[in-house]
Amino acid sequence: MKKKYFFKILLLIGIVLSLSACQSSLFNPQGHIAIEQRLLILISFFMMLMIVIPVILMTIVFSIKYSFSNKNAKYSPNWDHSKKIEMFIWIIPIFIISCLAVLSWKATYKLEPSRALHSFIKPIKIDVIALDWKWLFIYPDYNIATINQVVFPINTPIVFRITSNSVMNSFFIPSLGSQIYAMAGMEKKLHLIGNVSGSYKGFSANYSGSGFSNMKFRAIVKINNTAFNKWITIVKRSNHSLNTMKMFYYIAQPYHKYDIEYFSSVHNNLFKKVIKRFKNN
Amino acid sequence: MFGKLTLESIPYNEPIIMVTYSFIILIMLSVFGVIFYLKRWQYLWSEWITSVDHKKIAVMYILLAFIMLFRGFTDAIMMRVQQVLASSGNVGFLPPHHYDQIFTAHGVIMIFFVAMPLVIGFMNLVLPLQIGARDVAFPFLNNLSFWLTASAAILINVSLGIGEFAQTGWLAYPPLSEIQYSPGVGVDYWIWSLQLSGIGTTLTAINFLVTVIKMRAPGMTMFKMPVFTWTSLCTNVLILVSFPVLTLTLFLLTLDRYFDFHFFTNDFGGNTMMYVNLIWIWGHPEVYILVLPVFGIFSEIVATFSKKSLFGYNSLIWATIVITILSFIVWLHHFFTMGAGANVNAFFGITTMIISVPTGVKIFNWLFTMYQGRIYMHSSMLWTIGFLITFSVGGMTGVLLSLPAADFVLHNSLFLVAHFHNVIIGGVVFGCFAGLTYWFPKLFGFILDEMWGKRAFWFWVIGFFVAFMPLYILGFMGMTRRLSQNIDPEYHSMLVIAACGSVLIGIGILCQIIQLYVSIKNSRQNIDVTGDPWDGRTLEWSTASPPPVYNFANIPIVKSKDEFWRMKTLQQENILQSCIYSKIFMPKNTGFGFFISFFSLLFSFSAVWHIWWLLLFSLLSIIYLFILKSFKKNDHYIMSIKQIKKIEKNNKTREMHVK
Repeated sequence: MKKKYFFKILLLIGIVLSLSACQSSLFNPQGHIAIEQRLLILISFFMMLMIVIPVILMTIVFSIKYSFSNKNAKYSPNWDHSKKIEMFIWIIPIFIISCLAVLSWKATYKLEPSRALHSFIKPIKIDVIALDWKWLFIYPDYNIATINQVVFPINTPIVFRITSNSVMNSFFIPSLGSQIYAMAGMEKKLHLIGNVSGSYKGFSANYSGSGFSNMKFRAIVKINNTAFNKWITIVKRSNHSLNTMKMFYYIAQPYHKYDIEYFSSVHNNLFKKVIKRFKNN
Repeated sequence: MFGKLTLESIPYNEPIIMVTYSFIILIMLSVFGVIFYLKRWQYLWSEWITSVDHKKIAVMYILLAFIMLFRGFTDAIMMRVQQVLASSGNVGFLPPHHYDQIFTAHGVIMIFFVAMPLVIGFMNLVLPLQIGARDVAFPFLNNLSFWLTASAAILINVSLGIGEFAQTGWLAYPPLSEIQYSPGVGVDYWIWSLQLSGIGTTLTAINFLVTVIKMRAPGMTMFKMPVFTWTSLCTNVLILVSFPVLTLTLFLLTLDRYFDFHFFTNDFGGNTMMYVNLIWIWGHPEVYILVLPVFGIFSEIVATFSKKSLFGYNSLIWATIVITILSFIVWLHHFFTMGAGANVNAFFGITTMIISVPTGVKIFNWLFTMYQGRIYMHSSMLWTIGFLITFSVGGMTGVLLSLPAADFVLHNSLFLVAHFHNVIIGGVVFGCFAGLTYWFPKLFGFILDEMWGKRAFWFWVIGFFVAFMPLYILGFMGMTRRLSQNIDPEYHSMLVIAACGSVLIGIGILCQIIQLYVSIKNSRQNIDVTGDPWDGRTLEWSTASPPPVYNFANIPIVKSKDEFWRMKTLQQENILQSCIYSKIFMPKNTGFGFFISFFSLLFSFSAVWHIWWLLLFSLLSIIYLFILKSFKKNDHYIMSIKQIKKIEKNNKTREMHVK
């Protein structure tokens, strides 16, 4: 009677957890890259289950069937090897892992962050600089910059160039796909695309100090180019500008909680200059 | 005069720390008070602190681990509570600079001062007994290794009340851990406690490797060694090859912080990626160092409690050797997202996946040991079954993370946190608890209370699943690790469940404390008279419980694996009890290990606070002590035949052959 209750409760908990998982960012991808990654996770998960479920079942069944109290079960105290079983337990995992390995290899190349996305639509370049403790986004082709908000139109490939002005961070928008480390003096390329309009959370996925928890930004995918261009004009109306390195150092100072800010113009080649800072001393 | 150390270094305006520290000092004073009252200082010094007996050193390691488990677990509860509060609109009770020290300390304590001492403690206890040796190869070094580890633990506890600890995460990546971004003493405390314990561990590895290679009983060829001995051998190879990397990397960081070097800084040619690589070249073998001995423990327990010989002995050994070698070529999977490119990522993804094959083979070998056995559900066996299920889940999520493309969305998320806790708790912790129950009678002469042991198990295993399954879900929901403020409210319900799980685990720990108390109270009814309470198969069960200081009056001659079982089957145990004895040379106790470690602690403390005169003084004292020790001639004493006869007779009159 107790066992039945136990398994019923277990099932209930499993359902609750699964339902929560269903609402998760990773299982509700909003971009092509993230969609591929979800598929990969699901396929490999179910392939692994093919080993793990038999193992768990065997554990439970063997513990019950060959328990001390069950005198009917066969008892072979000195039987301790069998070529057939050995072959099985090496070959089956090798086989499943080989399949997974092929999957992994292919996916690693396909989803490599620096790999450009194939699209007829011209990509938009966005430079990202991780500051303490906020994110600076520069649109070199539009000569604008923002803090803690990045906006781009739907179905448009984005080429992120990412660096840091201080410690190591990790640029991550879970709904859209891969993250990549932001490191000072270095440039990392990340290609993403948003295929559903909406506002998605982004943050740093590598601990970077006391303001780390607040290092959040929003990634907004606009429904069409018109909406995106409208946003650009709003930014261009801003009173603030990021024209000098002096201004850059000013906003780069450590702040624990930074709101969204727009800059109507940006210093030329700011991104490259921030990287060079650490190379030429 | 005191370098950077001032009275302001004590965190007066942090009530939580002041209360905790006062509590710790109060407990310490009470313990000292009790020892004074019972007039046991002399006993403590001559029987324990200066002991070079591997069995006593094992007890001290395990005791250290449990004391530090208390602090590490308290850290965990504090983090869970803060995250519950911070995800429901509260500021919580831990500001970032405190929370960030807590998660750093939690990781460092659990790995270096709970898991490592537990594993080394077990190797200390069981290894010499299983190979039929009288002690390890270098008993003084063994004592020194323990006290170095204990000094490191003391140092990290000092950091709580004097100064601060690192706020960088347990591996202290630069540039955050460089002087520019961590100007305080925290990272220095981190560096020196890791260096001290790292040196202790490296010395242990040398010790055990020589022991296994040179001190096996006659007739015990490599493939007749018990599985635990094999896994310990492989573990020590891992330690010997990987710990120097840690020592060096910490040294390079020290040069950066103390002497304005630029190995890992952002500027002047430093490269933070180099640190990440080096630290994980150590870090990955480290987790196999933790888990391999535990695989050995489970192998012993499964065979004993299924009353059957271990299935696939050769296969298990080769799988262990393969894991040992492979563990050196997977380290990059800890930073797929650092952007090494598809070629590199794909290579390391494949090698990481390959390691799951020998691990899976081991699990099947254990299962087939149970198959057609007669399984006695002792609590050690319960822990084993809990391990088999829990570790399989953890291993599965590990393989999932080994796909670089999947790792790109799961790296540093709570999914990762859940994975490594899954394998460390399900593997290392469960294994150590199983081993503790299994070998406790051998060590102390009486059996642990079964009822409370079983209760502890159920609270631990259910608590583990309730605490960590929500973390997997949170990882999928996009929650990253190390957050303490303004946590997205959608994560709140899962965090509450996780907090409940940690409370359940806390009750499990409470059950273990009660178990110890009840067992000591009832010890007289549960004495292990035969030395072989579980009808064991390996040589340690042929000695009395606890074994005499020399372990074996006559070193056995080994004819097969599971030698003790063979002897029992052929009713040849009496050979071990032949009455022809000869003199035994035993190493004398020594206080040098304690004093060298004391000055090492002083050295590290003065390094942290830049008290240069004290640093020089400590260094010179250490050198002086070593030179003094090397001139000591009579560090052995002789056990006479008369003494041996007396001890053996005493043990025999306690024994009643049940077979």
